Amino acid sequence: MKILTTVKRVTDPDMKVRIQPDQSGIVTEGVEYKMNSFDEYGVEEAITLKEAHGGEVVVVSIGPGAATKELRTAMAMGADRAILVETDADLDSDAVARVLAEVVGREEPDVIIMGKQAVDSDRSQTPQILGSYLNWPQATFAYKVEIEDGWAVVGREVDGGTATKRIKLPGIISADLRLNEPRYASLPGIMKAKRKPLETLTPDDLGVDIAPKVKVLNYEAPEERGAGEMVDDVDDLINRLKDEARVI
Amino acid sequence: MKKYPQFTDEHEMYRKAVRDYCEKELAPNAEEWEDNRLFPREVFKNMGELGFFGARYPEDVGGSGGDTWYTAVYAEELPRCKMAGLAMAMLVQSDMATPIINEIGSDEQKEEFLAPAIRGEKIAALGVSEPGAGSDVAGIRTTAKKDGDDYIINGQKTWITNGSRADFITLAARTDPDDRYGGISLFLFPTDTPGFAVGNKLEKIGNHCSDTAELFFENCRVPSRYLLGHEGAGFYYIMQNFQGERLVGALTGTAGAQIVVDNTIKYCQEREAFGRPLTGFQVTRHKIVDMETRLEACRTLSYHATDLFDRGLPAQREISMAKLMVGEAAMEVIDQCLQLHGGMGYVEEGPVARAWRDTRLLSIGGGTSEIMKEILSKLMNL
Ligand SMILES: Cc1cc2nc3c(=O)[nH]c(=O)nc-3n(C[C@H](O)[C@H](O)[C@H](O)COP(=O)(O)OP(=O)(O)OC[C@H]3O[C@@H](n4cnc5c(N)ncnc54)[C@H](O)[C@@H]3O)c2cc1C
Repeated sequence: MKILTTVKRVTDPDMKVRIQPDQSGIVTEGVEYKMNSFDEYGVEEAITLKEAHGGEVVVVSIGPGAATKELRTAMAMGADRAILVETDADLDSDAVARVLAEVVGREEPDVIIMGKQAVDSDRSQTPQILGSYLNWPQATFAYKVEIEDGWAVVGREVDGGTATKRIKLPGIISADLRLNEPRYASLPGIMKAKRKPLETLTPDDLGVDIAPKVKVLNYEAPEERGAGEMVDDVDDLINRLKDEARVI
Repeated sequence: MKKYPQFTDEHEMYRKAVRDYCEKELAPNAEEWEDNRLFPREVFKNMGELGFFGARYPEDVGGSGGDTWYTAVYAEELPRCKMAGLAMAMLVQSDMATPIINEIGSDEQKEEFLAPAIRGEKIAALGVSEPGAGSDVAGIRTTAKKDGDDYIINGQKTWITNGSRADFITLAARTDPDDRYGGISLFLFPTDTPGFAVGNKLEKIGNHCSDTAELFFENCRVPSRYLLGHEGAGFYYIMQNFQGERLVGALTGTAGAQIVVDNTIKYCQEREAFGRPLTGFQVTRHKIVDMETRLEACRTLSYHATDLFDRGLPAQREISMAKLMVGEAAMEVIDQCLQLHGGMGYVEEGPVARAWRDTRLLSIGGGTSEIMKEILSKLMNL
């Protein structure tokens, strides 16, 4: 089975985000980057499936040259080879999906496993848009994946509970955070990753126009959160939630 | 931001793996394991599986064949587990009790002891110190007497890290009672040998989750294939082995103190007194800058020593200096951090108390500050 999985290099979600004075973006100076945490679940699941069913895991990233670091990390965890589609542009989800569709056309995987969203832009759109371009079935927000006889049975997190969906492969699965516990890269894995193949392409090589369809007008910081308040008892809490906050 | 160009992407990837493992799998258990005066044995197994013990060992014994900077990364990230005792136990396993096996051991010895230690299946200890001989290594009295094809070992060791549950000990014993330096030999001693007994686990002021034990040897018979290297060369092997041990001590000590300083900076920015954060007082800011500067000097000297060691150049001078400097600086810096935390520094729930206790060992274990100065006096022909 050939499994394609994706990783995005994102700003460290634990850092304090600062917005540029002209509101055109966030301040990236001195910022640390890491692999999108939902992609870690995706990579882990891809490797687990390969361990159970055999085959190959190909990991893809679209982003700056520095994203080779995240690709090497995925290979240190156990992915077999990597493809970087190199661009410094800030792509919208649609452009990412169109680039991925071309990569999928070349690689012809049996299943694609992606993070359900990237923790920097939090859009949660790419797997779904990719599904429509490829005309493949999709099962998003997976907390459980089983593959049998060319089908994937996917337990999904949905509002108010869970649902199970069965999709015919090839298909797309997006990972939620209960799906698994991503493994730590072992040192031998890190050393091996150095020697695994990493192919670099550009959107041009793939014939994709990455000009954005979505334009971000400006960035604004949310209002500062006020200090918390101690309430006397549960009744007081319920009353205040009802009468003041009006949330229940 | 701090940047040290010797670390490659692979080193940084390794750093993240060790850090994540220590922060997520170990640190949350710190209170419990410290209270229990022991951490679970599985930690050895888990770290072994992740390849953390094998950074510098060749691939044919199960290592990764990396350079010394991998060892540095590992020594620096271990304190993230918030227990210097656990960090010490791991460093004994990977960098104190085992390097000498790789350097002078036979293939059979590597197969039987080193490879399973790297995999985390066998726990290793280093048995040098005795009740009557710590700094004075050549003063050890434990004897190994040749008897046919075997050696019979008698004597006592003390303060042995991992001692209560080690599967084997890299053991120093006297093969010639009359030759002070040339009469010491090293053995690989399996702890299931009849006549071996573990005495009390010693209660300590710090490093609580690590077992430190007294060991007794009564007519313990080991085959001569467990003699490590040449008979009579033990003292020199121990001195050689000390280099790596002291180097990782300096690296881990600096990194451990840096964590406390980083936490202290955050605390001083948030804690208010007299209507302003503690960093609003010049005296606090200057103190923090002094501490940061001292640790940077410790780190730079330790990195210089690491570089020489990695290139296979003589590094005894720099390693001894680094061990000396870090042993003293880490203690003083953490003591100042405790002061800056006020009452929060003195209570167990605060982020300083344990580190303050644990760090006291740095100027004693692996050779005291005074012994470092003795070595350096000799090197300087004073
Ligand atoms: C927690 C812990 C773990 C340890 N783990 C191990 C282990 O795994 N394996 C092992 O073999 N050992 C271990 N040790 C022992 C450690 O290496 C010794 O304690 C250390 O080397 C000091 O020896 P000593 O305690 O005999 O002190 P001593 O040698 O008795 O020294 C006492 C004092 O005299 C000073 N002194 C000694 N000689 C001189 C001199 N020539 N000039 C000036 N001053 C001098 C010393 O610096 C010190 O201040 C451990 C110790 C501790 C506390």
